[in-house]
Amino acid sequence: MSNISFVREKEIPQSPPPITESNAIRWVRQNLFSGWLNSLLTILSVYFIYVCLRDFIPWAYGGIWTANSIRECLDINPDVACFSVIGARWRQLLFGFYPTEEYWRPILTFVLLFISIAPVLIPRFARFFWFSLIYPGIAVWLLWGGSIWPVFSIYLAISLTGLVFFLAKNKFKLSSGFSFTAAILFFFLYFIFIAGPFIALFKYILPINLVLIESLQFGGFLLSMIVGFSGIAASFPIGILLALGRQSDLPLVKMICVGFIEFIRGVPLITLLFVASVLLNYFLPPGTSFDIIIRVIIMVTIFSAAYMAEVIRGGLAALPVGQHEASAALGLSYWQSQRLIIMPQALKISIPGIVNTFIGLFKDTTLVSIISLLDPVGLASLIRADQKWNGIYWELYVAIGLMFFICCFGMSQYSQYLERKLKTDNS
Amino acid sequence: MSSVKLPVEKFRLGMLLGDTRYRSTTVQVIAFIIFVSVVFWLVDNTVKNLALLGKDVDFSYLWMRAGYDINQRLIPYTNDSTHGRAALVGILNTLLVAFIGCIIATIIGVFVGILRLSKNWIVAKLMSVYIEGFRNIPILLWIVMIFALLTEFTPAPRAFKGADPEASMIFFQSTAVTNRGAYFPSPVWGDGSVYLILIFILSLAAMFLFRRYAKNLQEETGKNLPKFWISLAIFFIPSILFYFILGGPVSLEYPYLKGFNFKDGIYVRNSFIALTLALSLYTSAFIGEIVRSGILAISKGQTEAASSLGLRPSRIMNLIILPQALRVIVPPMISNYLNLTKNSSLAIAVGYMDVRGTLGGITLNQTGRELESMLLLMGFYLCVSLCVSAIINYFNRSFQIKGL
Amino acid sequence: MSDVVTERAIDRSKMEVSDEIAIHISDMNKWFGNFHVLRDINLEVRRGERIVVCGPSGSGKSTLIRCINRLEEHQQGKIVVDGTELSSDLKNIDKIRSEVGMCFQHFNLFPHLTILENCTLAPIWVRKMARKEAEETAMHYLEKVKIPEQADKYPGQLSGGQQQRVAIARSLCMKPQIMLFDEPTSSLDPEMIKEVLDTMIELAEEGMTMVCVTHEMGFARQVANRVIFMDDGQIVEENEPKEFFDNPKSDRTKLFLSQILGH
Repeated sequence: MSNISFVREKEIPQSPPPITESNAIRWVRQNLFSGWLNSLLTILSVYFIYVCLRDFIPWAYGGIWTANSIRECLDINPDVACFSVIGARWRQLLFGFYPTEEYWRPILTFVLLFISIAPVLIPRFARFFWFSLIYPGIAVWLLWGGSIWPVFSIYLAISLTGLVFFLAKNKFKLSSGFSFTAAILFFFLYFIFIAGPFIALFKYILPINLVLIESLQFGGFLLSMIVGFSGIAASFPIGILLALGRQSDLPLVKMICVGFIEFIRGVPLITLLFVASVLLNYFLPPGTSFDIIIRVIIMVTIFSAAYMAEVIRGGLAALPVGQHEASAALGLSYWQSQRLIIMPQALKISIPGIVNTFIGLFKDTTLVSIISLLDPVGLASLIRADQKWNGIYWELYVAIGLMFFICCFGMSQYSQYLERKLKTDNS
Repeated sequence: MSSVKLPVEKFRLGMLLGDTRYRSTTVQVIAFIIFVSVVFWLVDNTVKNLALLGKDVDFSYLWMRAGYDINQRLIPYTNDSTHGRAALVGILNTLLVAFIGCIIATIIGVFVGILRLSKNWIVAKLMSVYIEGFRNIPILLWIVMIFALLTEFTPAPRAFKGADPEASMIFFQSTAVTNRGAYFPSPVWGDGSVYLILIFILSLAAMFLFRRYAKNLQEETGKNLPKFWISLAIFFIPSILFYFILGGPVSLEYPYLKGFNFKDGIYVRNSFIALTLALSLYTSAFIGEIVRSGILAISKGQTEAASSLGLRPSRIMNLIILPQALRVIVPPMISNYLNLTKNSSLAIAVGYMDVRGTLGGITLNQTGRELESMLLLMGFYLCVSLCVSAIINYFNRSFQIKGL
Repeated sequence: MSDVVTERAIDRSKMEVSDEIAIHISDMNKWFGNFHVLRDINLEVRRGERIVVCGPSGSGKSTLIRCINRLEEHQQGKIVVDGTELSSDLKNIDKIRSEVGMCFQHFNLFPHLTILENCTLAPIWVRKMARKEAEETAMHYLEKVKIPEQADKYPGQLSGGQQQRVAIARSLCMKPQIMLFDEPTSSLDPEMIKEVLDTMIELAEEGMTMVCVTHEMGFARQVANRVIFMDDGQIVEENEPKEFFDNPKSDRTKLFLSQILGH
């Protein structure tokens, strides 16, 4: 056999790829015109895009922003968009009937929202988690106004209850069950006896007030955001409990949780909203009556909790069984292992699903327009009923649709980014 | 060998929570007590509130006269019919929208999903715009927008009048699209149409038999006939041929303008068209995404192994990718059908009388029976969703790949 | 990198190498985007020859054999397989793919088909064989790889070693002239590696032309005609197994061998 041995003496360095034809032309040829079917599709698509844009761009680009009514728009130029309706009503679409001079409050709340989410999503800021916890109270006070003391009192109640639990368990060495019961007892007693006088006292000593805003003054995107965000935030702990219950070994607990989840997921949101507006009052003691918005938020929370439970259940199922076994072998109790080991990991895996649930919920907030709350879609009907703008439709819907699109698309891109990041983190 | 007596522990109260043998029972008993108390409290409040309002819980209103008209119905109904019948009309309307919506959504969705995977950059991007556009805008907005489009962009019936009308009928003067609804020509079954239908059914059977024959032929000899084109020919040619031989037994009754309205033909209201169209397009975006991710989920190695065996791309898709992808695609798709059915409850926004519009709307308002109507309404949707879940479970069980 | 030594005596006299050239690669270069992954590859494989390609990960060895059956495209240079040049012409690609069989690291069996259907799929649809004939061929090769009794099971029900042997049988049913192996034993548990290697040795004894990317140095020593060491996309050293393992000439080869052989 001939000499087949070979040893390389000289290293071949990296060299750049050859430029056969210009890379752009090559790309066009491969992607757009490879084969007759592809070429046909390309031509049809380009023509389709041309037809869509040919009429839309002149209409939108030449839009009139400063007219005062639709009649004026039509007088000036009937062939272009009458964006003046947005120019005139954008504040209403964003804030509803919130008084103009108090706009700084929702805007501040919105900015603080991002600051409060940061510790949850970015590990570097986890130190500031305390801010995320007090944010709901701040948000409620900023948006609805009134005295700061009721909100403060609730936080005080929660902190003192936690303190009671801690003392009962560690100082008096009671078992978890008894400490928990003692804490709950304290919680109720606080509201019956202490809350009232406390608030009255501090209102007198140190009045810190903001202008009180009625719930019916909320509208537009402000309303959508309030319903959406509070729904998701409040449904989070409930969803976790439902997911754990659904997975539980105790048949009764499992049955209750499964029944609840399947019931909520089986009915349309509109029926639950109808319950909120009409029936919820029947389920509460005679004489009590809540704000319609609070009722809507309660039903939206319940609705979202069922879907959240399913997402978290998926996250729990994706966790390797070994995690449960390892934490049990270390001697951690059920609640300890949940709090320290299982939940942090499961929640991290579920974050993309949670963001998707939130996007769905945010879109579903438009349904409150059917029970006559004035979210953007409800406002659109209201604006169209106004004599000045009677007959306008495209411009309004395009504006509202665009706002929703920007929010939802942004959130879904973020969720995909998170999913990619989590995949590379875990492997 | 003497038997060892095991020490019997005396029962202590702390064992209720501390001992694993008793703990789960204790917790469940506590949970049961809490649950029952909460339910009792809710029911108690409800009874008290109803008593205060002078109402009671009574379903007999379903047999009382409804007294209102429903403008779209699949079964006979007048305003003398009972509320129960009105609810039935509503249920049938809901199911009609859901059924047609699901079919259209699937066809468009599969089409969009496959095109989204195309190598053609423009087509893939267009489909991506379609999917993201529909998915990120609330369904209610789409329903309202499409309804507004149909009512404001279309002419009134009287615009079709006169020697030189503003509006004209489309599809060779057969269909009129107005701002109230669309009028389609309706088929008239003349003499001999029975034979035509017979021929059509026979050609379907022939198609089925042909495919069986072609499969056997391939097993015996390996010859591969162009099944797709021949099946297509069998589907169309006999029916068309016999249509002309029999002298055109099926004719169309065209809608025509009389007075201020159209007469004859099939009348489909704008509210129905808008609702069905919006639901279909919205759901098709989700189905497109499901189809796309289902096909992408099949690992690249499968395509590579099949290519190295010499199979062409279309065969690879048919024999290897699609069978595996369908298992992943079908359950979420059925789940989306359920979502479409639930979303159909938004019909009230365009005035379409679905079950929520009748039972949960006019009936509820007229009789004041909120609790009972809501319970029945939710019961209906629950039944539908439980049926659909059962179908998904059945599908998952019967199409499982062994060993996976 | 285990060094599984097969216990059976290997009859090298049966493994003849003819002078006909099965694969000819000259001045082949490939880029992934801007990354120059294969540089100036020159290789000739004669009919009946067994080539083992080894090297550190990222050296381009998998990419090289995937270029031979056009799972990857090369940008420069010439590849000629069995007299047909590999180009963008679909007819050539089809012809080459029916003469070249490939086994993958992760087996890539079709999970929704039975073992028998996995093996008969390509003969029926590509070679247009009748089903009976295809099944007979499939059973013949399943017996050859010693698992005829698994014919009606699904891939998910078989062990890793059994799956890889089915993958080999599936490729053999197309009666290829050349077999390519891309790390066939890297996903297997140690006790299953032997059964797959035994199958490959039998193939070699029947005179199959083989190009193997593997870390099984025992296999290379006993069966290969030539061992090729690749690093950084280039062929660094190439020699008869005995010379290659006992007297590596390049420093990089020495480093690689010390890493995988000496522990």
